Amino acid sequence: MAKIIMGIESSCDETGVGLVAAHDDGTVELLADEVASSVQQHARFGGVVPEIASRAHLEAMVPTTQRAFDTAGLSMSDVDTVAVTAGPGLAGALLVGVSAAKAYAAALDVPLYGVNHLAGHIAVDTLQHGPLPTPCLALLVSGGHTQLLRVDDIAGTITELGSTVDDAAGEAYDKVARLLDLPYPGGPPIDKAARDGDPQAIAFPRGMTGPRDPKFDFSFSGLKTAVARWVEGAQERGEQVPVADVAASFQEAVADVLTAKAVRAATEAGIGTLVVSGGVAANSRLSTLARERCAEAGIELRLPRPRLCTDNGAMIAALGAHVAAAGHKPSSLDLSANPGLPVDTVLV
Amino acid sequence: MLILALDTATPAVTAGIVRLSGPAGTTGDTEAGDTEAARAVAGGTDANSAAADGATAVAAARPVVEQVAARVTVDPRAHGELLTPHLLEATADAGITLADLGAVAVGTGPGPYTGLRAGLVTGAALAHSLGVPAYPVCTLDAIAAGPACPALVVTDARRREVYWATYDASGARTDGPHVGSRAEVPETAGHVADHEQPTPEGVVRAAAAEILTAREPGPLTPLYLRRPHAAEPTPRKRVTA
Ligand SMILES: [Zn+2]
Repeated sequence: MAKIIMGIESSCDETGVGLVAAHDDGTVELLADEVASSVQQHARFGGVVPEIASRAHLEAMVPTTQRAFDTAGLSMSDVDTVAVTAGPGLAGALLVGVSAAKAYAAALDVPLYGVNHLAGHIAVDTLQHGPLPTPCLALLVSGGHTQLLRVDDIAGTITELGSTVDDAAGEAYDKVARLLDLPYPGGPPIDKAARDGDPQAIAFPRGMTGPRDPKFDFSFSGLKTAVARWVEGAQERGEQVPVADVAASFQEAVADVLTAKAVRAATEAGIGTLVVSGGVAANSRLSTLARERCAEAGIELRLPRPRLCTDNGAMIAALGAHVAAAGHKPSSLDLSANPGLPVDTVLV
Repeated sequence: MLILALDTATPAVTAGIVRLSGPAGTTGDTEAGDTEAARAVAGGTDANSAAADGATAVAAARPVVEQVAARVTVDPRAHGELLTPHLLEATADAGITLADLGAVAVGTGPGPYTGLRAGLVTGAALAHSLGVPAYPVCTLDAIAAGPACPALVVTDARRREVYWATYDASGARTDGPHVGSRAEVPETAGHVADHEQPTPEGVVRAAAAEILTAREPGPLTPLYLRRPHAAEPTPRKRVTA
């Protein structure tokens, strides 16, 4: 008999509620994935405002949950397990999801699992591509995180090989978008502008790629400054800023470093599978380059569809399914959210 | 009817089970035991009533509110952590299960703690999954609904400010809730509840009329009273000098 797992996500600006069925053969099936986003409320501030995000989570939590059950054609009494993002993320935002999850678990009298958001971004791929081969490598890129992770067990053993030392990749997109007078969030408009540009037009720097730099860490702050300098130089000379070329060249620099380091890490460790996930994974240049380089290196690339890559409740439900199937002890109902939850802690 | 009362608008994490029934003889669901409870409760609130000419007369006019179990911990950083354990303990103390609840009543603030939302979302999610109504209660009203019938309620708003509201002798709110400095709070000859926390009983008292008329409750919207703290970005600084 399949078990029904409800997943709740509220770490940043998306209120997500997902429902999955965990089958006896270890596969997980997506039944519902409802998301309410407060992204437009943050647009004029150029970034996520924690208090606005928390207020929006509170308003959206119950309606989003109800939509998930309506979509799946299930009733609440069908739920066997509740999973929730315990961290990392914004404290006030996490608190709303964790509190709701505890209440649902208590009312339904089912076990609760407080799980790691980052592991959820990897686990979500099992909804689309089946069980993960282990070990595998995961590249997580979004507005909040940029990490290279080794996954030996999605339900318990995840090791960080590298991460950004300054800005997340998505943050660099937001900042460059602002520089080019493109809207927030910056990922989609830069991707669109870049389609008409020449990725080789400007040689922007590849951060953290020197011989003495850490092999698997990332840095996007220098790239962002280089783009700003270049744009200001053009403006001073009274030239029209070639937005498409700047966007394409910036995007090329980001995708180049991310994919080069991920493929190198997989090759060196002898790992045959790379999962690329997180909001920036939907970027067209990143996915194209990852496909090319993985094919050359003989690595299987697993890229969840864009809807699964961004923050959602289904990824938390999927992770909850794997953690529960592994027989781990449920979280205590005095569980608290942990904004700085380390990536190697899959279950709280 | 058994009601779960929650409040996280003050430094206290408050949860309790409260029995509520209509004034004796006015509702069909009044149990025999409730009449005695009605007299006891009404007797205890004589000080509350301007014209308390006998317990039975008061009992006939007032809903019967009886706190069955309560769990309260003062710790402004533990709202998210302790609320669900507290409400489960209170439920167990009362010898009932969550399925026995007829409604949930939740303090909506005003409150300065991010924990305010823990109480509201907990109440909303419980009501949603149990299929019972959730009633919003202004936390200051819940404090005013205590046995002392205060004329002024003041709570901490942080940032050197307070939340306050005033109440007349009948317990009706006459001004507020407001947020502001101490200097803005009016002088009062009546009782002052300064930095007190609501009891579960107070939460239910404040919502009793609405619950007993079985009116469709309003949304569980927090009384923030302040706009979110957020600044629009200033024009971008140049990186080149
Ligand atoms: Zn994320």
